[in-house]
Amino acid sequence: MPEPRSVREIFLTFARVGYSGFGGVNFWLRRILVQEKRWITDAEYIEGLAIGQILPGPNVYNLTVMLGYRFGGVRGAFAAMAGLIGAPLAALLALGLLYRQYNSLPILQHALAGMTAVAAGLLLANAGSLAAALPRRALPWIFLVLAFAGVGIMRWPLLYVMGALAPFAMASVWRR
Amino acid sequence: MSEWLALFWHFLLLGSVAVGGVSTVMPDMYRYVVDENTMVTGREFSEIYALAQAAPGPNALWVTVLGLQAAGWGGALATTLGILIPATVFSLIASRLHAEHADTPLALAVRRGLAPVALGFMLASGWLLLRSSEHGWHGYAIALVTLAVTIGTELNPLWLMAAGALAGIFGWI
Repeated sequence: MPEPRSVREIFLTFARVGYSGFGGVNFWLRRILVQEKRWITDAEYIEGLAIGQILPGPNVYNLTVMLGYRFGGVRGAFAAMAGLIGAPLAALLALGLLYRQYNSLPILQHALAGMTAVAAGLLLANAGSLAAALPRRALPWIFLVLAFAGVGIMRWPLLYVMGALAPFAMASVWRR
Repeated sequence: MSEWLALFWHFLLLGSVAVGGVSTVMPDMYRYVVDENTMVTGREFSEIYALAQAAPGPNALWVTVLGLQAAGWGGALATTLGILIPATVFSLIASRLHAEHADTPLALAVRRGLAPVALGFMLASGWLLLRSSEHGWHGYAIALVTLAVTIGTELNPLWLMAAGALAGIFGWI
């Protein structure tokens, strides 16, 4: 599998993920790191997201720090992190300042509504193609549906759903 | 200054317990900045969240805009660092542990066992995003077209985002 050649390449690659990541970074992280650069596989990507779930903070950010560390140690971690959030932070601050000026403009709210629907479709497409990589056994799918229903339908706190499912999900794949 | 420090401290605590993502502690952010300290209104809180979704980058960075609106530049720094510092520290610790113990039964069980649970949460996020827009079947239709185009073609999704914005502006949603 190809690997990043330098800390600079780590920074630039994650910067691309960051500024492309409209409507959620997960889609672009997978497209650029898995499909384009082939630095990690789909399976490693899902597993990394899973570890991100049990760490505090934004999952995709946790995953970025962990991947950066794997590719280039602590320096790699900070390069990946700075790349990921640099451009978005500047864009968000600009948006925040504009919001203070124009927060009642209807055209802005209409545009946002349309973009939200597209963002939802992108996220669902991503989850769908990742789910295709799950093992063809019933148990993982049961855990997937329970996790979805608990958080998405019942609106229970994610922490409780995770706490209830994690021991069983881990026990179901335990190998000595 | 003391306002910024208090904001930083509160978000640092929330950032340390935000297991599974920043949205899990959003209700408590609301309680702090809207109910207790009236730094922003409830309407501003929701609008900032929606607006920040239109920006690139991790969705959780919307706390930056929240901090900016609540307490100016110092507020933006306070909320952003409060969320990112714990996330960075815990991720580095996890990386270290994982590098040394990648093939132990526990590490394997965490990775393989929790993968479907993480996917379930991702589906739920897409679902909630779809529901939160409250634009009936137009919203669902746009999401469905996006889903089909994304799976069926290699089209750059930024075009879809632009199309979605136009659809909204021309009143199709």
